Amino acid sequence: MFDGYTTSELMSIFAMQGFAGLSLFSVFVLMALGLAIIFGQMGVINMAHGEFMILGAYTTYLTSGFFQAYMPSLFGGYFFIAMIMAFLICAAFGAFIEWAMIRRLYRRPLDTLLATWGLSLILQQAYRSIFGPREVGVELPEWMMGAIQVTDMVELPINGLFVMIIALLIALGLYLLMYRSGWGKKVRAVVQNRPMAEAVGINSGAVDRMTFALGCGIAGIAGSAFTMIGSTGPSSGQAYIVDTFLVVVFGGAQSLIGTIVSAFAISQAQSTMEFFLSGSMAKVLTLLVVVGILMLRPEGLMALKIRR
Amino acid sequence: MKMHKQSKKGGANGRWGLGKLKLLAASMVLAATANAATPPTSQVNTTGLAVTDDTVTVGILHSITGTMSISEIGSVQAEKLAIKQINEAGGVLGRQIKYVQEDGASDWPTFAEKSRKLLRQDKVAAVFGCWTSASRKAVLPVFEQLNGMLYYPTFYEGLEQSPNVIYTGQEATQQILAAIDWAVKEKGAKSFYLLGSDYIWPRTSNKIARKHIEKLGLTVSGEEYYPLGHTQFNSVINKIKLKKPDVIFAIVVGGSNVAFYKQLQAAGIDPTKEKPMVLTISVTEDEIRGIGGENVEGIYASMKYFQSLDNENNKAFVAAFKKEYGDDMVIGDVTQAAYLGPWLWKMAVEKAGSFDIDKIREVSPGIEFTGAPEGYVRIHENHHLWSKGRIGLAMADGQYKLVHETEELMEPDPFPEGYQ
Repeated sequence: MFDGYTTSELMSIFAMQGFAGLSLFSVFVLMALGLAIIFGQMGVINMAHGEFMILGAYTTYLTSGFFQAYMPSLFGGYFFIAMIMAFLICAAFGAFIEWAMIRRLYRRPLDTLLATWGLSLILQQAYRSIFGPREVGVELPEWMMGAIQVTDMVELPINGLFVMIIALLIALGLYLLMYRSGWGKKVRAVVQNRPMAEAVGINSGAVDRMTFALGCGIAGIAGSAFTMIGSTGPSSGQAYIVDTFLVVVFGGAQSLIGTIVSAFAISQAQSTMEFFLSGSMAKVLTLLVVVGILMLRPEGLMALKIRR
Repeated sequence: MKMHKQSKKGGANGRWGLGKLKLLAASMVLAATANAATPPTSQVNTTGLAVTDDTVTVGILHSITGTMSISEIGSVQAEKLAIKQINEAGGVLGRQIKYVQEDGASDWPTFAEKSRKLLRQDKVAAVFGCWTSASRKAVLPVFEQLNGMLYYPTFYEGLEQSPNVIYTGQEATQQILAAIDWAVKEKGAKSFYLLGSDYIWPRTSNKIARKHIEKLGLTVSGEEYYPLGHTQFNSVINKIKLKKPDVIFAIVVGGSNVAFYKQLQAAGIDPTKEKPMVLTISVTEDEIRGIGGENVEGIYASMKYFQSLDNENNKAFVAAFKKEYGDDMVIGDVTQAAYLGPWLWKMAVEKAGSFDIDKIREVSPGIEFTGAPEGYVRIHENHHLWSKGRIGLAMADGQYKLVHETEELMEPDPFPEGYQ
């Protein structure tokens, strides 16, 4: 398929293809981090993860409308405020859901699956009633559109770069929080041995609530970032949920590093195959490989080694 | 379920402010009274449909919940508007139309079940509904078994013709041949990159497109499908940049559209620069609301209707639609096709002088609707519509500007020979 192209043309296509893979990688990381915390650390299968993302997207939509109406001069910077708002609103709502629903179901993982699925249906219909069934368009500030021209052929999309930077910052922040802070120690203690953690005086209920809220807040930021690349509608969250679970399960549910490694593996495999094969075939092959590896290693790529 | 009685007879008494529509309404009333004031029910309804001396009940069957409600809501609005206008103009054979609305809930078995309920329990005289091909295929056996009549509004892949369905949207060849012929003739296109969401409509449509392109002796430089809801098009965009086609022929649907057009822009492919040109048959004004006008500015769409069409029928239709549902409404191709349904049914009933399904079917071919917002349409023997093919250029405000329309009406050809 490469007949008749010059070397420089091929080089630039490969550079852009590499960038496409990296930007898919950062999308996966953003999607999966929130779920990895909730699923991995708490064992709660949150089927409403996609709907939390869409809550963040709608928050962005409302913020952009607000800025356009009242502070058009600051419109260029609204996105940062929108992301903070999305985080706060989703985290608050997550904490409420944890208090109202999840905490009653901790010892029954299958029931949380059903309950959060119900929650996702309720949320979808709520969005439909509030915002209408049509998708809404989130207007972006001028500077976020378009591409940076690196050479004649190589152009890097700005929104892709932006998503990448956000993914990087959040992953870094999460790492510091989980592995370098006192609160992170408490979370890990509760995950590894709940009764013992309680015995040394950790309020495991409060830790759970904060963990769930954090996961939902990150989902909100992801949703906010995705208004740049995807659609915002009542059921858009469904499009993300499968990929999200795929990344988290494949990476090994309890390992954040595993989530990142698996996001990298899946995104690179998929975008490379999409280039050489067709879109649907790439998806099929990716899923086949993931299923195959999970059959050999049911605990995922990176399993946490602890004594049970 | 909602039962709803529309406003009383005598809409021509002036409450309905729009001059054009009033004229239209008045002529309809005249026509109705000329036919036969109100023929007795026993005469116009021999098969036990829900027809009384002063009312007739029809069904509306669309998804108003679930993922498809995004698209189907416009059709529901258009059908209700048409029913309201017909009632204000005196109804059908002197009878006011009442409707029973059912929700298909974006679930194909539910569509089948609800259509059975409408036909068997409510005994509706006609059903206006369905949107996706999947939902139509699900209700088809029910309509054929219970002998109902369905008016189906969406442009679709063709390869179907049922005695119990009138297809008011375009079938694939009407959209595609018009699009490709125009691109070749007017824009000198030589190579096409075919792209679509992965299900029956884009695949069948691209198959027809490929055959047609190859018949013209031009090249197809790629053909690709992505799963529904796919949001990462960077790889295929890179491929497109490598192949440098003249035309990107895109049949992407639903949420993927937003991702596709935003990423196209971000990758430096600007449709306003004409090369490569983006040509679509799946983005109506309705979809642009979700994608954002600034993201699709410069793409071309091949449809039979655009909200901006400049004719008297359409101006009256757009005004009435906005008056009914609010000024921020947009009207896409399918919404207009849905609006045709009740009117075509009314004409068939009046031509047959009866509500009986068999008689309606017999008289339907040849029925002409001169009041259609898209202009003149006529029902073909094969139950599809003769209509013009049109090409629109997307503007930043989310509207299309008409840049081309076929001189003649295009013949619907659901089973195109040599294209399968």
